[in-house]
Amino acid sequence: MTKDNGTISKQKFMEELRRYQKGSVTRRHFLGVTGLGMATAVLGTAIPGLRPRPAFAAGDIGDRVILATWPNYHDEMNFEAFTEATGAHVQVNVFGSNEEMLAKLQAGGSGWDVFVPTNYTITTYVGEDLIIPLDTSKLPNYDAGSFEQRFSDAGSVDGQLYAVPKNWGTTGFAVNTSKLDGAPTPTTWKEFWDLTMEGYSGRTMVHDYQLTTIGNALKYFGYSFNSVDEKELADAEKLLLDAKPHLFAISSDYQPPMRNGDAWMTMCWTGDGKQMNVDMPEIAYVLGTEGGELWSDYYAIPKGAPHMDAAYALIDFLLNPEVNAKEVLAHGYPSADARTNALLPKELLEDPILYPAADLLNALEFGAAATLTDPNRAELLARFKSA
Amino acid sequence: MTERGRKALLLAPAGIWLLVMLALPLLVVFVFSFGERGAAGGYVPAFTLEQYANLPARWTAFKNTLILAPLGTIAALVIAYPLAYFLAVRCSPKWRTSLLILVIVPFWTSILIRSYAWIFILGGRGLPALLESIGIDDIRLINTPFAVLVGIVYGYLPLMVFPIFVSLDKLDKRLLEASADLGSTPWRTFRQVTLPLSVPGIATGCMLVFILLMGEFLIPAILGGGKVFFVGNALVDLFLQSRNWAYGSAVAMTLVVVMLVTVSIYMKFISRLGGQREDVSLM
Repeated sequence: MTKDNGTISKQKFMEELRRYQKGSVTRRHFLGVTGLGMATAVLGTAIPGLRPRPAFAAGDIGDRVILATWPNYHDEMNFEAFTEATGAHVQVNVFGSNEEMLAKLQAGGSGWDVFVPTNYTITTYVGEDLIIPLDTSKLPNYDAGSFEQRFSDAGSVDGQLYAVPKNWGTTGFAVNTSKLDGAPTPTTWKEFWDLTMEGYSGRTMVHDYQLTTIGNALKYFGYSFNSVDEKELADAEKLLLDAKPHLFAISSDYQPPMRNGDAWMTMCWTGDGKQMNVDMPEIAYVLGTEGGELWSDYYAIPKGAPHMDAAYALIDFLLNPEVNAKEVLAHGYPSADARTNALLPKELLEDPILYPAADLLNALEFGAAATLTDPNRAELLARFKSA
Repeated sequence: MTERGRKALLLAPAGIWLLVMLALPLLVVFVFSFGERGAAGGYVPAFTLEQYANLPARWTAFKNTLILAPLGTIAALVIAYPLAYFLAVRCSPKWRTSLLILVIVPFWTSILIRSYAWIFILGGRGLPALLESIGIDDIRLINTPFAVLVGIVYGYLPLMVFPIFVSLDKLDKRLLEASADLGSTPWRTFRQVTLPLSVPGIATGCMLVFILLMGEFLIPAILGGGKVFFVGNALVDLFLQSRNWAYGSAVAMTLVVVMLVTVSIYMKFISRLGGQREDVSLM
């Protein structure tokens, strides 16, 4: 190495680590600037035990695995570690809604090996014959008993395991409190919509996602998040159409405008709320007291996955509690796995964004399968967007 | 080989291409447009006109497309013409090639990334912040029809510049001298000689841009924030989100018809405009 890196402060090291995790610098840059590359090289030669020992010989499971998942939902370093251990490169496709994932699988030829469906979609995938039952003998890191049941039971349909838990979370809203002019932080969905049409006009974002955007509009009237009742949906549609001229955008990619100040309030998932709150404490994450969505995501393998062995290997790797703990630290979504939680710092396990108070949590509902497939809800959102 | 056989052989690749890539898919869309949505989405065969009866629900998307596509085409033309004129007529040949390359360079980067850049330019910390510093407050640019229009002009400008450049470049400079010799002012020469002779280029450029704009979905999605909806966006939604293939097919068929009608009106208009001369061709 020709560059003299000198020493690096703890703070600088952490900054570089975060930059690397967010993917804004390459691994080579990270190892170079922190001196870790040199340190590892020296240590590696001195202590043979530290040399990487692949769990699989390279090429055993093929050279790639294709993962369809959600935005800001993984620790890139874990993928690199997986590639180093197995020789399979992880190719990530990011999606914005379960509808979009379902549409791709229905059309056929998605080419995915692993995907991340949400609890309420799994019965539909099974009914449509789009996913395969999982062979637990190929998932030694899966320990059914260590998962909190309410976040893992949707993975089984009629006693057959189809999906294993990834993370769970809530859907609330994030609000930039510095724009409230001293008014108290809103605590309900009613206030969310009222504020959208008054003080925060032109500054609010809603998801490009029927489940949450319609569900949280239904909450304004105190209806169920999952309602498919015609009259209730008509009320929600009227609210959405009234609010539309006041919206900044209809998009699930809300972090950039929230961070640069273009948007002041947005529907928001746990991890995004946590990520923004860490960097900008004035952005609060709120769960509407009326309720809203509680969800749990899973890993599943679509029928016809082109790299089946790699699919199992990747899921098993990500279920490893140590790997999973790194994931949670990177994305800020809680895990339902007791083994993983045992490895996480206490502050995180007590964090009010990740683990909301019981009364707020109890008001939430899991999405229902009927909500995904209901043609009226699907058309309502499409109509709202094209209005 | 007979003359006929040779002709057939030469036409075969294009013919097969058109059949497999255009005629068959269009037929599928046509058939689907009379079907119904499956229980979990998708398509079930049926014969119903329900999807077409439902078209008014997408009226705004058609309206936005039919306003912004022509507006974007005209805006691109207004900006592209002087540029093409400068490159073809005024610019010294020494610089011409380099300047032409500069017009193409943006094509080396994906339109997605280039449109994303505009999010930052038009976002709160970009142009509006600059305007605020000179006292123009509270300007919102991003996620408005204006932002979409800017994105359109930016993205499609080269497609307009090139055909016009080619037609002006071919222009016989002796005609301009003759016009001047006969006492025309430069403005009159431009109006009566240069402009009519560049009509083929203008027509081609407008046609290219307009047809592509009618199907545009990326720029409105990125710079319109889901608030400026084109038919293209409605289609993406119907196929990828609400999974109503039958209704999506009906909207797509309608778009094809709307496009055919507007383009044929346009062709008629153009051929009347350049009707006196024979060398007007669209491509």
